[in-house]
Amino acid sequence: MSFFGLDWTRKKEKEVERKIRANDREYNSSFKYATNAIQTSKYNIITFLPLNLFEQFQRIANAYFLFLLMLQVIPAISSLSWFTTVVPLVLVLCMTAAKDAIDDIHRHRSDRQVNNRKVNVLINGKLVSEKWMNVQVGDIIKLENNQFVTADLLLLSSSEPLNLVYIETAELDGETNLKVKQSLTLTGDMTDNLEALSAFNGEVCCEPPNNRLDRFTGTLTCGTQKHSLDNERILLRGCTIRNTDWCFGLVLFAGPETKLMQNCGKSTFKRTSIDRLMNVLVLFIFGLLALMCIILAVGNAIWEYKEGSKFTVFLPRDQNKAFSAFLTFWSYIIILNTVVPISLYVSMEVIRLGNSYYINWDRNMYHARSDTPAEARTTTLNEELGQIKYIFSDKTGTLTQNIMTFNKCSINGQCYGDVIDHYSGQRLEITEEMTPVDFSFNRLADSKFLFYDHSLLEAVKLESPEVHAFFRSLALCHTVMAEEKKEGDLVYQAQSPDEGALVTATRSFGFVFRSRSPETVTIEEMGIQRSYELLAILDFNNVRKRMSVIVRNPEGKLTLYCKGADTLIYERLDPSCSKLMEATTEHLNEFAGEGLRTLVLAYKDLDEEYFSEWKQHHHEASIALEDREEKLDKLYEEIEKDMLLIGATAVEDKLQDGVAQTIEQLTKAEIKIWVLTGDKQETAENIGYSCNLLREEMNKVFIVAANSPKEVRQELRDARLKMCPTTEQDKFLIPETILGNTPKVVEDEHANGDYGLVINGHSLAFALESSMELEFLRTASMCKSVICCRVTPLQKAQVVELVKKHKKAVTLAIGDGANDVSMIKAAHIGVGISGQEGMQAVLSSDFSFAQFRFLQRLLLVHGRWSYLRMCKFLRYFFYKNFTFTFVHFWYAFFCGFSAQTVYDEGFITLYNLVYTALPVLGLSLFDQDVNAGWSLEFPQLYVPGQLSMYFSKRAFMMCALHSCYSSLVIFFVPYVALYDTARSDGRDGVDYQSFALITQTCLTVTVFFQLSLDLSYWTVVNHLFVWGSLGMFFILTFTMYTDGLFRIHPPSFAFIGTARNCLNQSSVWLTVALTAVLCVLPVLAYRYLCSQISPTINDKVRYKVHQTKEPAPRPRRTKLIRRSTRRSGYAFSHAQGYGDLVTSRRFLWRPQPARSTGVTPTGRSPGFKPTGRSAGYSPAGREQNPKQKVEPTSLQMFRAVKDSSF
Amino acid sequence: MVKKQAGTGPLSRRPDNSAFKQQRLPAWSPSLTAKTVLPTFYILSLVCLLLGIWLVITVENTYQLKVDYTNSGSCERCFELRKNATNAKIPCQCFVNFIVPKLFQGDVFFYYGLRNFHQNLRRYMDSRDDAQMVGRKKNLKTPSSYCAPPFDYDAGGVPIAPCGAVANSLFNDSFSVTYHPTTARSALVPLYRKGIAWYTDKNVKFRNPPTNGTFTLQQAFEGTTRPLYWQRPVYDLDQSDPLNNGFINDDLIIWMREAAFPNFKKLYGVLSRSQGPFTEGLPAGNYSISINYNYPVEYFRGGKEVVISTVSWFGGQNHFLPIAYLVTSGLILVTSFVLTAVYVKVGKKGKNMEE
Repeated sequence: MSFFGLDWTRKKEKEVERKIRANDREYNSSFKYATNAIQTSKYNIITFLPLNLFEQFQRIANAYFLFLLMLQVIPAISSLSWFTTVVPLVLVLCMTAAKDAIDDIHRHRSDRQVNNRKVNVLINGKLVSEKWMNVQVGDIIKLENNQFVTADLLLLSSSEPLNLVYIETAELDGETNLKVKQSLTLTGDMTDNLEALSAFNGEVCCEPPNNRLDRFTGTLTCGTQKHSLDNERILLRGCTIRNTDWCFGLVLFAGPETKLMQNCGKSTFKRTSIDRLMNVLVLFIFGLLALMCIILAVGNAIWEYKEGSKFTVFLPRDQNKAFSAFLTFWSYIIILNTVVPISLYVSMEVIRLGNSYYINWDRNMYHARSDTPAEARTTTLNEELGQIKYIFSDKTGTLTQNIMTFNKCSINGQCYGDVIDHYSGQRLEITEEMTPVDFSFNRLADSKFLFYDHSLLEAVKLESPEVHAFFRSLALCHTVMAEEKKEGDLVYQAQSPDEGALVTATRSFGFVFRSRSPETVTIEEMGIQRSYELLAILDFNNVRKRMSVIVRNPEGKLTLYCKGADTLIYERLDPSCSKLMEATTEHLNEFAGEGLRTLVLAYKDLDEEYFSEWKQHHHEASIALEDREEKLDKLYEEIEKDMLLIGATAVEDKLQDGVAQTIEQLTKAEIKIWVLTGDKQETAENIGYSCNLLREEMNKVFIVAANSPKEVRQELRDARLKMCPTTEQDKFLIPETILGNTPKVVEDEHANGDYGLVINGHSLAFALESSMELEFLRTASMCKSVICCRVTPLQKAQVVELVKKHKKAVTLAIGDGANDVSMIKAAHIGVGISGQEGMQAVLSSDFSFAQFRFLQRLLLVHGRWSYLRMCKFLRYFFYKNFTFTFVHFWYAFFCGFSAQTVYDEGFITLYNLVYTALPVLGLSLFDQDVNAGWSLEFPQLYVPGQLSMYFSKRAFMMCALHSCYSSLVIFFVPYVALYDTARSDGRDGVDYQSFALITQTCLTVTVFFQLSLDLSYWTVVNHLFVWGSLGMFFILTFTMYTDGLFRIHPPSFAFIGTARNCLNQSSVWLTVALTAVLCVLPVLAYRYLCSQISPTINDKVRYKVHQTKEPAPRPRRTKLIRRSTRRSGYAFSHAQGYGDLVTSRRFLWRPQPARSTGVTPTGRSPGFKPTGRSAGYSPAGREQNPKQKVEPTSLQMFRAVKDSSF
Repeated sequence: MVKKQAGTGPLSRRPDNSAFKQQRLPAWSPSLTAKTVLPTFYILSLVCLLLGIWLVITVENTYQLKVDYTNSGSCERCFELRKNATNAKIPCQCFVNFIVPKLFQGDVFFYYGLRNFHQNLRRYMDSRDDAQMVGRKKNLKTPSSYCAPPFDYDAGGVPIAPCGAVANSLFNDSFSVTYHPTTARSALVPLYRKGIAWYTDKNVKFRNPPTNGTFTLQQAFEGTTRPLYWQRPVYDLDQSDPLNNGFINDDLIIWMREAAFPNFKKLYGVLSRSQGPFTEGLPAGNYSISINYNYPVEYFRGGKEVVISTVSWFGGQNHFLPIAYLVTSGLILVTSFVLTAVYVKVGKKGKNMEE
């Protein structure tokens, strides 16, 4: 929590129980409960400087430099002037402080915005508009429709019947469907009677503030009555009131004590694997530094003993060698501090920020239809995008558009839905240009429904009995609810999008489902309104995979209509329709082959007698106390037989654009894709095939669907043995020590082919148990793709955590819905699909964009580049700093280990900040090995990133060795070249200042060449930076050595004239040239040899690019190859439960007459209104969950605070 | 992060289509191909070879002669004398003979060399006050703390000018070289002892406190005392030329330009070629050096020498660079052959470049 957030917890005793008296501010204030003002900002104008500095110095790097600074103040130790440390430190501190300040200003602004929201508070019997921040515990407030809930409230009364309140809890738990809360009758009776409310003096006694969203315990004492309170009565801050005109509530928890705010600590700060590696390396560097300093200190002691003591005539000093060595140790700590680069962290942040901006700016990741650009919400994770090994994807809304469309059907052996070319008889691809069927004859038709086969409508118009039966069946057999706010404006609420799609299509074809009551279903058949008596709903469940309704038509005829999975319905058909079955089966195969979700429709006429008998049994069964389910099932089974086939429907679960191609690309990049979906196994499998995740040519797709842990384990083991018969039982665990932790790391095993795995929710629950998780992981990670069905949000996170924990791999989770939040947060990288549903996933994600297909660009282009750049940056950065520093080390052996620097102090100060900063920044912002087109053309280029090949401990060691070599050259070549020689004018040339300048020049030129060698993409900016920095070195060197500056402060600019007198010597330039050649040519040769003898994939691609000399290929859209075998899919994605509702009356309220209070209820029809994703089929009349400009809630703001740390 | 752009339209949030933002900036992307790498190596090898040869020829025409006089010849006596610090005031003169085998043609430079003298110790190097030595009045009387005891104030609290360990340890041997031709009379080798420091040092870095006709240098230095080890005050260093006194004394300036390594030489004088046998340079023959042996080196096991050298366009005699260039050239050539072999064997057909 924030600094201030901690205040109240510290100050106050731990609250055991909360006592609140309504309308009694005096009493309540005696407890010092928090008020409703929230503060997420950290600083104010006065506290900013001290607090911010305090925070910054908590960072190890900054603290280290502060420590250095303190060392430098001690004259006996100080080997460098204070400004060599102060200048970079101040620069770093200022940059960070500026960023923090800007962040905090934003936070202040949002705090102010939230705190200043208005709400009506009941004060002294009157409603007063108050700011949120002034609301106190115990106040009674009035909320209106679509308002945010101000604080955690006890619901007192509402405008709705039965004192119900509908709330949307998306902000809180991520569920987008509406929830119902109901107040106590006792309080509900007060309605909006202000007098009664202000006289209300109930006392609430409840639990102390906590973060449990699903639980609440407390009691309300009103006079002598005591009522228990539970979660049902509580409105939590962060929710939004929906479909409720007004409600009154009593504030229980306010501000920071609300459950929302208490829940905020969760979001964790993500760090990239490079960061983690850096932490290890920094430790190593500290070790190296200490080692070097110890060597030099010992050297100093020895030197003092052997030589120094003889030199005291000219330089008197302490005789204590040990003390001298001690001081030398610290002096060298100061001098060699450049091995721990202070600017490294800042530079890394800048690079990541820059690369994040590229993501925001990428037009190829901009979705024009929803006007959504990609967004890097976290700017610190970029290079991790280049190392992804596992992708966990949601299905609905991520892979699919979550739009169901009625696409084809088969009626009485006749297939409809394809457009046939009149001349060739060929099936045509349906395109936008074709004219859809004109439904204008039907005023109730859905305007968004498109159908291209005109023959179906003709058949309807010709009153073909089969076709009519087909649509009638669809219009009657479902659990959809209709809402008709005004005549002709029908809105359907369906629990499954498939049903919605079917009913909507039926409506367009002239069989309009208008309304239902518990006993009737009213439909309009070709303009004639008919009311069917609904006698029974034989509801859907997982085992039955079908649903039926029994209706009596206006003529009194009894019919059972059934729809369901083909396999199950076919078993229950009358043998008489076997011929039709054959034809339909063929069509079903065809539909399934196209990835459509199919349903088979059947009907059966019932005779009255039989039915009444059945009804009797049904009634008995439904009130039976024992085995009710079984008895009912048996009865259903009994009546659903000998049915007659009507036809089949095919609904398309539309994939998003380019999903299949993206998955293909990602698979080529060796990324494993796991789909975690809440959908049913069949649906998920279907989608898996249609989006290329599962392929026909795969050796096998394992399906794990067992009911006991033992079976699951066995199935997993069998699958593994099949994939790799030689697999050993327990050899896969390699102990990997990462900073003391010893998690088991599961090594990659290689399967002998391509395999897929589908595991259902039930089995997954077993598989995720701690005893089996490794077994599961081992098997699953051998497969190319894995689909987990019926997964709960928690399980999604568990799966991600499992892979994260036991695989040395980087994971990415992508999803769009609130149910994906947990996995998005759990994965190393969370990606949110924006612009589809609620913003929940996006808000907790690190990157967001509108379409799944952008993922390939994000990873294969941006991720790869970011990783490449970061690694190049780190390698070069370490190289240049190590080389710089090691030269001091060599010099120590010649200057009696006296901590004399090789370079001028000005150079030491400016080397990292000015001379080398920009070129390497240019490298890490612009470098590309091959351009975006080729990156996508060769997804294999992504593989080195997964293996961390560009930067690892080994690469780091290579850097260090390379630096060691370079520093030897840079030190010894000038040393030998100038030793005992004279300048061309006869003056001696090896004075300290000349030598310093010469090594500086050698160093600068060498690192310049090295950079040029590393830089593979020279843009104008790079040229400017590289040449500019080299020029800057000479300009600043000459400037610092001028007379003018020397006159201003002689001791600081003692190098006066050195540049003029030294750089005019040809021997100096010959030396510089020799150093550069000796440093750079071996690298060049080595790299060339490597690229020739064992070329990396990059070399190969670059070679190819070089060979072809063509512009990058345009991204190809691969045509999806449809598979041929049939995959039956029962397409209902809904769970059991609606059938009861439909018949239960509970939610089918008729508007009630005005009540005694005199409030006129509005004319809006109350009722159940699920607006969750399950209702999200779009052909229905209105846009689902229209994307509003929703103000960010305090939770979101808080997250922003959490994530923004540097 | 994404800035909300002003204006709303269907594509209002579409990113700009600039080459920079789309990372499509035109760029030169060099790659390591045989076509670029192999010629580079061969050419560099050739360049290094030519440079090396040129340098070898140049260096062959420069001469250098070192005469160690630490305790050789008659200097043995002085060496022993200087072992005892109490004898510091006793003058000691000695002679060392040497032979110049060949005419040192052109300008000839005389250096004094010190071995194992660590002018590069940090605390030694810091122990000076550049502000004082630009002759600033204020700094003259208040030496920097870097000069630290005991070289900032003497025992009586009088500020030392110039302060610090560097100035204090000023090299104070002096030489005179005599030429002994076989045919003629011995002649003193004439040396220029002035104008041997860097121009910037002499004119910018080291300045005397302001003086004028009436206000002498001695007066300017009033209130300061000479460094501990000095026998003469700073305003009286060069008795022959009053303009070469004070902080701008050439010997002082040269000494104050500390050496980077413990073995070093510093310019003492330049042969004056205006007269006698020296117009061509230093003729071959017998020479002797008369040394005023003052500087003690035995404490730090050091050595002293006189170095006589000629220079070329590229400086004094230096065998390292020519050899280094020749060796480098050879190495590059070998590498080039290896690279070529690899190219012919593997790279030419792009054998390894298949995916």
